[in-house]
Amino acid sequence: MDAEHVRDCWSCSLGSERTMNPYVTGTSVLAVKYRDGILMAADMGGSYGSTLRYKTIERIKPIGKHSLLGASGEISDFQEILRYLDELILYDNMWDDGNSLGPKELHNYLTRVMYNRRNKFNPLWNSLVLGGVKNGQKYLGMVSMLGVSFEENHVATGFGNHLARPILRDEWNENLSFEDAVKLLEKCMRVLLYRDRSPVNKLQIVKITEEGTTNFPPYSLKTFWGFESYENPTVGEHVPLNCIRIRL
Amino acid sequence: MDKENFIKSESHDSDSLFILFCHHLISDLLIPYSHLNLEEKQSLKQNRTCRDAFPLSRPSPAFSGGSVLRRLAAPRVSPPAGLLKSQMSKATIDLPPKGGFSFDLCRRNDMLSKKGVRPPSYRKTGTTIVGIIFQDGVILGADTRATEGPIVCDKNCEKIHYMAPNIYCCGAGTAADTEAVTDMVSSQLQLHRYHTGRESRVVTALTFLKRHLFNYQGHVQAALVLGGVDFTGPHLHTIYPHGSTDTLPFATMGSGSLAAMSVFESKYREGLTKDEGINLVSEAICAGIFNDLGSGSNVDICVITKGHKEYLRNHLLPNADVYALKREYTFPKKTGQYLLR
Repeated sequence: MDAEHVRDCWSCSLGSERTMNPYVTGTSVLAVKYRDGILMAADMGGSYGSTLRYKTIERIKPIGKHSLLGASGEISDFQEILRYLDELILYDNMWDDGNSLGPKELHNYLTRVMYNRRNKFNPLWNSLVLGGVKNGQKYLGMVSMLGVSFEENHVATGFGNHLARPILRDEWNENLSFEDAVKLLEKCMRVLLYRDRSPVNKLQIVKITEEGTTNFPPYSLKTFWGFESYENPTVGEHVPLNCIRIRL
Repeated sequence: MDKENFIKSESHDSDSLFILFCHHLISDLLIPYSHLNLEEKQSLKQNRTCRDAFPLSRPSPAFSGGSVLRRLAAPRVSPPAGLLKSQMSKATIDLPPKGGFSFDLCRRNDMLSKKGVRPPSYRKTGTTIVGIIFQDGVILGADTRATEGPIVCDKNCEKIHYMAPNIYCCGAGTAADTEAVTDMVSSQLQLHRYHTGRESRVVTALTFLKRHLFNYQGHVQAALVLGGVDFTGPHLHTIYPHGSTDTLPFATMGSGSLAAMSVFESKYREGLTKDEGINLVSEAICAGIFNDLGSGSNVDICVITKGHKEYLRNHLLPNADVYALKREYTFPKKTGQYLLR
């Protein structure tokens, strides 16, 4: 209650441009390291509050030659981050020295950007997942909107933290083949589809290996609704509205 | 500022200067009250003495359980502003309590909450509770950790409560509420059984619980997973604190419900056998134990089938003593006595 009051004061009196609320948001992004590289999955929905406004937002983008960036949270901030990274990659290419920015460097850059923005109380409202392969070394890391950053074998943002992490922790191993990794991510995305209110049933899966990025065309997951208990769930229940409390 | 009024209305002797000093300290040092206006400060001040204004080693007088509230519980005559001096000298005289509930604090709490001071919250169990329907009946599962804020207050509590010989109920939320509600409905079910002469049905328990919880409009914070087998078959229900219910093939509740639900959504299918069911429930509770901070310790399971129930207390102990010191030598008993001499 007090925080809202503060926020209103700030934004009216100073004509402030600080991000206090996200408007168009994307939901979770999941990523795993598998045998040949990194596999990242996200749905393609952008919600405007409770409305599902956009259904074809690509929330996973390739950056440079070696990395993939996936983002959940405010879409406009994600687009801003893409512009920053575009500039960064462009300057790097202009040196033309045979070196190119790899996932570790990009992760570091993004951590600095996110943390500095949070310190100015004007955060970029995103949870970013950065994965890539450079010189045979796989890298997968995450940066949150507060600047918390870490490297892991499997990451999930947003609701995926609660719903997908348990599955990933149990079933991930070092030597997942591509098909197994896709099955694992699909399993997690299906749970998210059932239990998170924001995703659309339209998945974007992108893989990155030493050879480069492969974008797969978006597809839908099959869902199962045929449980016996779902038919006639209230059979046998009788709660009359004007019931008299029986004191036995 | 009312300081000016005070100075005008009182003569300046040592008592009143001391009152002025106290008032200054009350109004400026006690931060939760600094945004209150004059009348509210007066009404608060008249109910406390200077001694109460500076409780020793208490973080915030608004929520200290001790001396302040005890004094305030006794109803006071509120004197007009000019008698503050006399109130100071009669500081320890309380009127004897008249009995019954005193509503003085309710007005104060209301006024404080309007100003944005939030009251302390209730103690929750912080739980993972689950239930599934398998081919012969129902399996319920629960973890065994009870938390008081950040502390584990009971590391092996029982969250699966008995309702009837063929009905059990897992409870999440405030521990006192779940215990009391399940006990009460269990007694009601017993009386109902005597009345009708028949085995209890799960929907009966469900109706008793949901009527009670709805009556209290969510203030009884009990989130329950109710399961049992009666002559109409196996049933599994969830009941939310406000009184709504669901009938489901698999259900999870509590802070670890998301972790457990992820296991169910990916692995549940209809027609599980008993062993598969127990394994699935154990996996779901373990997902809650390892991925949620409010759940932990061990796994309790209860299998209910037609005419038979099995309560597997501490079925799994995934957090057993894994770091036990492995010593190659042991001392015989009473070695200590020799060493001390």
